[in-house]
Amino acid sequence: MPQILVEDLAKTYRVAERDPGLLGAVKGLVHRRHRTVEALRNVSFSLEAGELLGFIGPNGAGKSTTIKILSGILRPDSGTVLVNGRVPFTDRIAHVSRIGVVFGQRTQLWWDLPVIEGFDLLADIYRVDSARYRANRDELVDLLRLAPVLDQPVRQLSLGQRMRAEIAAALLHEPDILFLDEPTIGLDAPSKLAVREVVARLNRERGVTVLLTTHDMHDIEALAQRVIVIGHGQVLADSPFETLRANVLAERRLIVDFAHEAPDVTLPGVEIRSRRGQTLELAFDPARTPTPTVIAAIAAAHEVVDIHVGEPAIEEVIARFYALHGAGEA
Amino acid sequence: MDAARPYLAAFSSRFLLMLQYRAAAIAGFATQCWWGGIKVMIYAAFFAAAPAAAAASPMTLAQVITYTWLAQALLALTPWNADPEVALAVRTGAVAYDRLRPVDTYSLWYVRGGAWMASRALPRAALMLLGAGLVLPLIGLSDWAWKPPPSFAAAAAFAISLPLALALATAFLMIVNIIVAATLTDRGINVLFNSLIIVFSGNLLPLALYPDWAQTALLIQPFAGMMDIPLRLYVGQLQGSEALLGLGLQVFWTVALILLGRVAMARVMRRLDVQGG
Repeated sequence: MPQILVEDLAKTYRVAERDPGLLGAVKGLVHRRHRTVEALRNVSFSLEAGELLGFIGPNGAGKSTTIKILSGILRPDSGTVLVNGRVPFTDRIAHVSRIGVVFGQRTQLWWDLPVIEGFDLLADIYRVDSARYRANRDELVDLLRLAPVLDQPVRQLSLGQRMRAEIAAALLHEPDILFLDEPTIGLDAPSKLAVREVVARLNRERGVTVLLTTHDMHDIEALAQRVIVIGHGQVLADSPFETLRANVLAERRLIVDFAHEAPDVTLPGVEIRSRRGQTLELAFDPARTPTPTVIAAIAAAHEVVDIHVGEPAIEEVIARFYALHGAGEA
Repeated sequence: MDAARPYLAAFSSRFLLMLQYRAAAIAGFATQCWWGGIKVMIYAAFFAAAPAAAAASPMTLAQVITYTWLAQALLALTPWNADPEVALAVRTGAVAYDRLRPVDTYSLWYVRGGAWMASRALPRAALMLLGAGLVLPLIGLSDWAWKPPPSFAAAAAFAISLPLALALATAFLMIVNIIVAATLTDRGINVLFNSLIIVFSGNLLPLALYPDWAQTALLIQPFAGMMDIPLRLYVGQLQGSEALLGLGLQVFWTVALILLGRVAMARVMRRLDVQGG
């Protein structure tokens, strides 16, 4: 049996609405209008112990809702969720003692407490054996380079420092499963790298199962063996990362600098993506139109200064994937 | 021991943190001295102006004065407002993290709320005892001072009643917290309960001084146990079987409010929505 099993998960929220302006506000006093928003509809997937799954999708797609249901905070409207054989919401206390969760947009450490005191308090709350706690804490402090900030109140940390402290906080009780909801949001490059490194290491060395949501495709590239794309509350794709890349990255880019004003290039299978002065960006499928053929054809017909071959940015690919599935921001 | 570990840690962490807010404690003490002084003078004027009524009063002026200083000292023990930490957690959605801890959420909020009130009351009470209990007699104003309890029995009854008052006030605080969690704001509820508590806890006027026909109702309502009952035990106004009845009422209301709070909390948590991000 898989470690995490999700079948036909559905969840709706009730959202209060009112008409704009004074009249709308007055009407709202008498009659409240509610709209039902479908956050999830029949989401199904499963995860084996030790997997590292990336969860991507536009804002409002249902990623966070899924994590909140998996971590036992929210109760789904319908569907089955089993984590380690337990139903998270009904068996909440046993369930949460074996998982670690980081919500990138919220803090779980106490704002006014020094980092180390927050850690101590969490160890007490999770009833972690004190020798194990110290060994594990020291390792995490080392790994996440937290030593310099341990005595500072959390409110004085930079975002990068705070996020690293948040991740350590989620791991003090040595959970089997780690849910990370946008752990790299707003971080600078070194902090992102530190976060990725520690996540990869925990997964590799301790066999911690990781489910990670992000909007940073480099997180996915660096970490995830498998990716689920979610949009409008539904699973749009569930495949190893390489497969997803091959399916949507089947495009090559050619950036050509011409000696004069960029000409109209009309070659079969080649599209013009952008035109800037003397530069053209062309796109084509290398499987159908081999790259050398395109280059040769252009070089033969025009005076070319430079040619650069590239791939579309991964963000662009994902955006196109969302558009293709009608999964723009909900 | 291990079962209680999370709750003890949460209590002591909040308690020690809150004790550090010295400026707030001193400001609170100053306000409470001011009001205490005014109230004491008003009572003195009433007692002096109507000697016949004063002679028939269930409390002597000295008892009323001690009662008043104690009431000012322990003001922070009454659940005036929702726990600001809970209100903030509800507002920001950090309440999600409370649901991620392998502990009973009601108990966690309860110990944190109790720690919050106790830590606010302790420095204010110590300062008030110093000011009204020690400084006033030393400067020759012992008629206006906070006096020790009249008997050992009164002191013992107060020593039992005070922690019960904290337990009861915390149980009521939890009801307020749960209303905040359900309505997502602490503003309306704080205003609503403020006036209720200030009257029915005896803070405005000792409950014994209200008309005789209201006495039974005033004694058995839940707010009496948060301040009036321990204070009447302290000044010796409730004795013997009446003292036992007072303590019994405190226990009864604590248990009743905890049960009510738990049922309400389970309902709120079942339909909890944590939206966004």
